[in-house]
Amino acid sequence: MNKRITVEKKVLSENDRLAAEIRRKLSEKRILALNLVSSPGSGKTSLLEKTLKALNSELNMALIAGDVQTENDADRLKKAGGKIVRPIVTGGACHLDAKMITGVLEELDLDEVDILFIENVGNLVCPSSYDLGEDMKVVLISTTEGDDKPLKYPSMFRRSSVLVINKTDLLGLSDFDIEQVKNNARMINADLIVIELSCLKETGLETWYEWLRERTAAKKGR
Amino acid sequence: MHELSIAMEIIAIVEEESAKRNLERVEEIGLKIGALTGVDPEALRFAFEASTADTPLAGVRINIENIPVRGRCLSCGKAIEVKEFIFICPYCGAGDLEINRGEELDIAYIVGL
Repeated sequence: MNKRITVEKKVLSENDRLAAEIRRKLSEKRILALNLVSSPGSGKTSLLEKTLKALNSELNMALIAGDVQTENDADRLKKAGGKIVRPIVTGGACHLDAKMITGVLEELDLDEVDILFIENVGNLVCPSSYDLGEDMKVVLISTTEGDDKPLKYPSMFRRSSVLVINKTDLLGLSDFDIEQVKNNARMINADLIVIELSCLKETGLETWYEWLRERTAAKKGR
Repeated sequence: MHELSIAMEIIAIVEEESAKRNLERVEEIGLKIGALTGVDPEALRFAFEASTADTPLAGVRINIENIPVRGRCLSCGKAIEVKEFIFICPYCGAGDLEINRGEELDIAYIVGL
């Protein structure tokens, strides 16, 4: 005789449990944790390089750089002045998960850290399902991509708090319509904070730095 | 293709639950997948079949209940269903919505003997 067993359990409950544990630990230390997500090539590493160079003297930053293969991104972040940088090579997995972050955080001395940046694997689909214990997701899009990306990957835009539009120096060279991107993104997430910048030409970065300063101070309760 | 990782999690939970309940054989797994999860049901079926081939879970039926995105408009208070991921109230045009369905990625039940 067949039995029907009610389970009602979240498939990612183990990931969510670990993420909650990470969130608790980081909050105890009052560390702002940001999970950076985007397609490959939108400029996550470039934005972090600029951020390290500009803010290294005022904020202590720890960085975890996820990639399917190679530690190139982590190497770039170290060269840019990153003092606490750890690569995660997923070896095929298309996203980071909370277990990977837990493993790395155990090795790090976080006592003096103000911000933890987690650079996720370049992918707008899979990382949206995996909570890493971050305070917020920051999603990047660049002007060489389609302006309908928010509509194509709504989960990620819905779950992000900030939208960084990078490579604004290239506006006008393609049919990317920046107002259209903002409209599309806000239809999915009306609360999204939008920051427009160019890492290459170093324009608009001050808005990003100011946002980081404000959030860091808020996390510290100052 | 995170459906493969998700399939592995499902297999682990089903194995644990069926051992706990002394099931000798699992015949069906009931899943709830919310439209906001970004999980593709067909990719998940494929990943599950591929990862259970030649295991005791091979051939198990997967019954997927797709959950639409539903909630309430915080401006006008009406119950709404979000279609095509446009998070704007169809009645008053406000964007401040409280979403309470559509994030599910759950194992609802297991049938076995």
